Amino acid sequence: MQVHTHVEITSEWGIVAARQAGRKLAREVGFGSVDQARITTAISELARNIYLYANKGQIKIEELADAGKRGIKITAVDNGPGIKDVRRVMEDGFTTSGGLGAGLPGVKRLMDEFIIDSELNNGTKISAIKWLR
Amino acid sequence: MEDKKLTMYHLYKEMLNNYMQSKSEHTLYSAQQFSKEMLEKDMSPEEVVSLHKSVITELVNDPSGELLDSFDLLLEVMIGYGLAHREHLSLRDRQRQLDSELNVAARMQQSLLPNNKIEVEAVDFGVKSVPAGKMSGDYYHYFVDEHGNIGAAVADVIGKGVPAAMCMSMIKYAMDSLPEQRLQPAALLENLNRVVARNIDDDMFITMVYGSYDSKKHQFHFASAGHEPCLYYSADTDDFHELKTKGLVLGVSSKVRYEEYVRDLNPGDFIVLLSDGVTECRINGEFIEMKHIKQIIRKYKHLSAQQMVDQVYSELEKIQEFQLRDDFTLLILRRNV
Ligand SMILES: Nc1ncnc2c1ncn2[C@@H]1O[C@H](COP(=O)(O)OP(=O)(O)OP(=O)(O)O)[C@@H](O)[C@H]1O
Ligand SMILES: [Mg+2]
Repeated sequence: MQVHTHVEITSEWGIVAARQAGRKLAREVGFGSVDQARITTAISELARNIYLYANKGQIKIEELADAGKRGIKITAVDNGPGIKDVRRVMEDGFTTSGGLGAGLPGVKRLMDEFIIDSELNNGTKISAIKWLR
Repeated sequence: MEDKKLTMYHLYKEMLNNYMQSKSEHTLYSAQQFSKEMLEKDMSPEEVVSLHKSVITELVNDPSGELLDSFDLLLEVMIGYGLAHREHLSLRDRQRQLDSELNVAARMQQSLLPNNKIEVEAVDFGVKSVPAGKMSGDYYHYFVDEHGNIGAAVADVIGKGVPAAMCMSMIKYAMDSLPEQRLQPAALLENLNRVVARNIDDDMFITMVYGSYDSKKHQFHFASAGHEPCLYYSADTDDFHELKTKGLVLGVSSKVRYEEYVRDLNPGDFIVLLSDGVTECRINGEFIEMKHIKQIIRKYKHLSAQQMVDQVYSELEKIQEFQLRDDFTLLILRRNV
């Protein structure tokens, strides 16, 4: 039976709750402390973006079991303004925090798979997976 | 992957153990060397913290739980540093790629410059052009016709780097398309100006001086589009004169007339064409004075024209402490006999 959790992001509390849920599941799936921290950071960044740019949305966290591989999948969904130029946003050094490696390119680096789907004025959906090694 | 981690684990454990017993500088030195290895193996800061935590848990009998917990917080903090480190690596790769693209572009640009030697009895000719960065916004051109008459130009695109360099290639092809005017400076500038005005952005400007040397009459004809004045050196009086000209920079308006000037040369006299990278050379933050440049040129006047420009460049490079701020181009044409 696979576990999944939804966390509503409407405030900074939501961000903390999503981190908590993510860390818990990561531990259960069997990730070590370094990967737990990485997964949590990825969740944090995605949740913060929802909170900052879309006001509200959800973070879904689920366990994955696929052909003997186990992993964790994070999905961030919102109906906010969307991202105008995804390619640019994924460039290193673009974030408003001024190229400290965080932001979406950071999420991509922290995780193994990363899919971003965004439509202007219609919202954003970002999924990221990390596999247990 | 796991093997590598295991080796690192053992090495680190041994080192930490040594250190706790001896507190020796020697072990600290090994740790410093070890950090290089960790970087090479792409170990991120959070992995280092995690390594430290597990090693210390094993080494110390009954370590305090509080102390161990503190490493979890440290690990979380280090995630950000790890990301910054990764980003640094990827930006470094990108930088290398850009560098190599730029090197190719610079070679292409170099190939736009003439590379034949001028071998005319009447004239001794030399040119030196050095970009401040990889690409140059300066351009020079010369050619000799079958009678030994010479056309020579120095141009400066206002702006530096890649945009200036791209603009320069347009100048080169525009000049190639005007073979009839190659010995008529004013007419050449007028035609060139039309091409440039049609093809470049309003915020780009090009200055150019064009001269032609008549090897029979020993006359230097020239016209200028807002360029640095040429210098004329008279061997007889051992004096320099700035050759003042009027003429709008290229590209501002498509209908511009350029005035043509002429100067007779006696044996030993020479003409200097230069770009503002020469005149705006800075020594301790202050522009070099024209007087000083003339002095330097005069110092090498006994040499061949090519040796002169080379020497003048070396000297100016030295007084600027080898930091070129602007593209540098110097061209000398001397009447031999
Ligand atoms: N869910 C979203 N909805 C709308 N726009 C978004 C969303 N997520 C990101 N963006 C846009 O993409 C840009 C880049 O996001 P990213 O998280 O990479 O960097 P950042 O939030 O600007 O800075 P930081 O490094 O602090 O995260 C944001 O500035 C924002 O304009
Ligand atoms: Mg962000």
